[in-house]
Amino acid sequence: MITSSKRTPLTFLVHATVLFLVIIWTIPTAGLFISSIRDKNQLSTSGWWTALSTSEQRHVARAHEPKAQVQEGDRFVIRGNLFEGSAGEITKFGSSSLRPDEFDVGTVAELKKGETLQVLENGDYAFSSPVPWKGSRGDRIFYTAEVPPRFTLENYREVLNSEGLGKSFINSLTVTIPATIIPILVAAFAAYALAWMRFPGRALLVAAVVGLLVVPLQMSLIPLLKTYNLIGDFFGVGSKTYVGIWLAHTGFGLPLAIYLLRNYIVGLPREIIESARVDGASDFDIFRKIVLPLSFPALASFAIFQFLWVWNDLLIAMVFLGNDADHIVLTGQLRELLGSRGGNWEILTASAFITIIIPLCVFFGLQRYLVRGLLAGSVK
Amino acid sequence: MGQLASALVTMILGVMGCAAYFYGSNFLLDKIFPTKSGAAAVVARNLRVANNIRPWLFLGPAVLLLTFYLFYPVIDSIRLSFYGRSGEEFVGLANYKWLFGSDEFYESFRNNMLWLIVVPTAATFFGLIIATMTDRIWWGNIAKSLIFMPMAISFVGASVIWKFIYDFRTGGEDQIGLLNALVVFFGGEPQTWLTIPIWNNFFLMVILIWIQTGFAMVILSAALRGIPDETIEAAVLDGANGFQIFYKIMVPQIWGTIAVVWTTITILVLKVFDIVLAMTNAQWGTQVLANQMFSWMFNGGGDFGRGAVIALVIMVLVIPIMVWNIRRANAEMEGR
Amino acid sequence: MADVKLTNVKKIYSNNVEVLRDINLDIKQGEFIVFVGPSGCGKSTLLRMISGLEEISAGTLEIDGVVVNDVPPALRGIAMVFQSYALYPHMTVYDNMAFSLQIAKTSKADIDQQVRKAADMLQLTPYLDRLPKALSGGQRQRVAIGRAIVRRPKVFLFDEPLSNLDAALRVATRMEIANLKDSMPDSTMIYVTHDQVEAMTLADRIVLLSGGDIEQVGSPLELYEHPANVFVAKFIGSPAMNIVPCRIEQTGAQTLVSLSASTSIQTPIVTESSEQAKPAFFGIRPEDLVVVSAEQESLFSGEVSFVESLGEATLLYVKIPGADDMVIAKQAGTLSIKRGDNVYLSAPAEKMHLFDENEQSYLRKG
Repeated sequence: MITSSKRTPLTFLVHATVLFLVIIWTIPTAGLFISSIRDKNQLSTSGWWTALSTSEQRHVARAHEPKAQVQEGDRFVIRGNLFEGSAGEITKFGSSSLRPDEFDVGTVAELKKGETLQVLENGDYAFSSPVPWKGSRGDRIFYTAEVPPRFTLENYREVLNSEGLGKSFINSLTVTIPATIIPILVAAFAAYALAWMRFPGRALLVAAVVGLLVVPLQMSLIPLLKTYNLIGDFFGVGSKTYVGIWLAHTGFGLPLAIYLLRNYIVGLPREIIESARVDGASDFDIFRKIVLPLSFPALASFAIFQFLWVWNDLLIAMVFLGNDADHIVLTGQLRELLGSRGGNWEILTASAFITIIIPLCVFFGLQRYLVRGLLAGSVK
Repeated sequence: MGQLASALVTMILGVMGCAAYFYGSNFLLDKIFPTKSGAAAVVARNLRVANNIRPWLFLGPAVLLLTFYLFYPVIDSIRLSFYGRSGEEFVGLANYKWLFGSDEFYESFRNNMLWLIVVPTAATFFGLIIATMTDRIWWGNIAKSLIFMPMAISFVGASVIWKFIYDFRTGGEDQIGLLNALVVFFGGEPQTWLTIPIWNNFFLMVILIWIQTGFAMVILSAALRGIPDETIEAAVLDGANGFQIFYKIMVPQIWGTIAVVWTTITILVLKVFDIVLAMTNAQWGTQVLANQMFSWMFNGGGDFGRGAVIALVIMVLVIPIMVWNIRRANAEMEGR
Repeated sequence: MADVKLTNVKKIYSNNVEVLRDINLDIKQGEFIVFVGPSGCGKSTLLRMISGLEEISAGTLEIDGVVVNDVPPALRGIAMVFQSYALYPHMTVYDNMAFSLQIAKTSKADIDQQVRKAADMLQLTPYLDRLPKALSGGQRQRVAIGRAIVRRPKVFLFDEPLSNLDAALRVATRMEIANLKDSMPDSTMIYVTHDQVEAMTLADRIVLLSGGDIEQVGSPLELYEHPANVFVAKFIGSPAMNIVPCRIEQTGAQTLVSLSASTSIQTPIVTESSEQAKPAFFGIRPEDLVVVSAEQESLFSGEVSFVESLGEATLLYVKIPGADDMVIAKQAGTLSIKRGDNVYLSAPAEKMHLFDENEQSYLRKG
């Protein structure tokens, strides 16, 4: 292009602007990912951009029960460690929720009735009293600690097991794979017929496909739901089945599939198809042995589209598939979590990342085909 | 795992069933009307008959599915819009009267118009700018890839991502939402962004713009590369500067593509309901048509009549684009 | 036995455009026939109708005495070589050649034998496992021919098979096709081209088409020496024949025509007395014109407006009185004649052509 503008302020501006935009576009996803692998206490008290620095956290811990006390001279002492194995550095402590940072670390705090409490930097504490400790529960210790950054997969473990995301993941796969393959097969035959076979009404059908391309899904929901209910009652299986959603996704994906594949197939060289005809191949032979292998790029493009679309779909899944554990898909589960666990970012971020990881892999792995499909489907 | 296995079996059965249909029907056709041998007159007749039937064998499943899932529902939605909540008693124009008399409709219609103006414009604009700039730098493809990435993320996933950015913490706590953290950093007051009337709509639109800019960029970038270099070189020789070349030479040559991108995003905007549902659940004045329709479909057992009316409004908004698309496709077919 | 016979064949498209009118043609077994004509003349459509790819709107097509109008391409006993080669890009050379036999359910051994035989004949044996994209243009063209050969067709159809090759390769492949014909003397071959050199060098008989009609059928030299009309005269030969409007002054065994008030020419062409005083066209090929000195007897003279030196020949563009177009004279070697010189041009009487007001040749009449 305009090569003369090398190393000018304008070029610098272009680099800077693109860098700026790229940062804006990637930061939201990066923030999500980083947050999802942070310790959940750190996540809820400090921004993810501080993930690498030490954070100051306020905690409360309970000392050991009185039965753990030992007599040292004339005093009765309960000893233990607040961190119980994990790392950290305590700066302040206190024994009352009103003043959690009353004492500096290391000092021996004088409490009521001659009791004392000492907390060291490493979390070691010692409660001491002139009379034996009574009761069944230990006293609370409030402390402020400098906690080093901690990254963990605990959040993922939690959402996959207790929040049911693992099951949803499988549900999503169950919906997505057949709903990607079936429309390809149906559409490829139709696209070939619309591209290379001569019959009355062909132009009308092509126009219909183009028209249906933009029909809002919303139009279909109510009539289809009614029909599904009828069919479900008739067979006594309930209206929300996997077969039902596969077919729904197939139906809704078909206009784009036919349009995309027809555009590609009609562009195959006419002479190759005629040559096969002279060679004695029937339309079925030509489709199977010539057109299908040659259309691989278009088939791949559509497959990626349909995969992303079905995997990411919320609407159709909510209408045609139930919300029970055996059926709810990842997007549906994520939406439920947004409602029920709105403040628990460790759960939301990890869940969100699980829902987007497969599409992202598909995206980065097969981007070339995706772009090609987009171009074939739009620029015409 | 048992579920995955049964899904796998069903899947294989489904796919095999499809394949068996195509194979079987063609095999039968060839058996009933053999064309590979026999008397010339018979072969000729068989061939004609077979050639008239075969396209419909190929098209059959697609036509059936399209009719059942898209064509018939459109017709039935129109019918249902004149019926009551269960779709059984005829109520005439009552649903339409209700719709045009309800404040919620005006709210969602206004919001939809805002979405329709802002999102396609912004996404196309950013897409064009980025496409132009990334074409000139060596790491352009990496930049494009990263900006294109949100395309792969579901609307719900994107909603979580952005809800995290808009997060608000009360009192003196550290803000963990990026936006409020920035506001505080520059000395401002943190806000509950999603509850500020009117403006909250724009915070939702940002999400869709974030997703769709990549799409616009990819398509416009291809169109820009399709511009003959000679026209740009001629403009350089004529003394045009970079911006003049962009606005006066490049943009006019890709108007057609810009229109396609614009309309594609417009259609998407009309259908978006996930973002609103996930971010605000249509509270604080953020309702849009698609979500309103969804609510009426299920709330309190569902009101099919009212839901259908709202769906019709969306359909009517789409029709001009549909007509334009069909015209374009027809012109193209005749050009072949 | 593979005669091809077309009787009153027509092609009318659905929008009522008639692209071929009443084509009658008899092609004998073993003949090499070339359809030639400018683009849009219907030559490819005619070939595609013979192949069965295009429907015949009216008339009959017989191959081997059987009407095949409604017979599908594969059963007509034909094979076709396409302009773009039309190789199946995802199949190896071997599979490309075997495809039609596989469709016909020929046994594996037979397929192998025939494919290898054809590959051997076309020197393609080393490339059998390659995909078409790994071959050169000439090799691809040979694969396309090989694909036709393995079917052992009665009639070979070639649709502009050389037009995608560069000039040098075109000559080589042209010779290969000529050799192929020699090695298969019983096969009928029909070849479509817009290139008159290909037509002249390959054909036993040329069918010259224009605007949906056959203009003339004949051997290459017949068409060159005795063009039936102005169109044929101008189409065959390069540079094209000079055609100068004239008026018939005197009829009989020798016809006298006047090109202008000052120029008249005596031709050895016979005309009826009814032609007297009618407008006509005088034709002479550039290579038949000779530059003579002023004293010698000449046909006409004029001023040279342009000289093109080609090395082996020189083209003179001469403005002569009475003609709007310049007359071209092709002289061997280089000449010292310059622009603005006056030249006298002469030609042997037997090389002259005369066409009537409807552009039909007088030679053919009577």
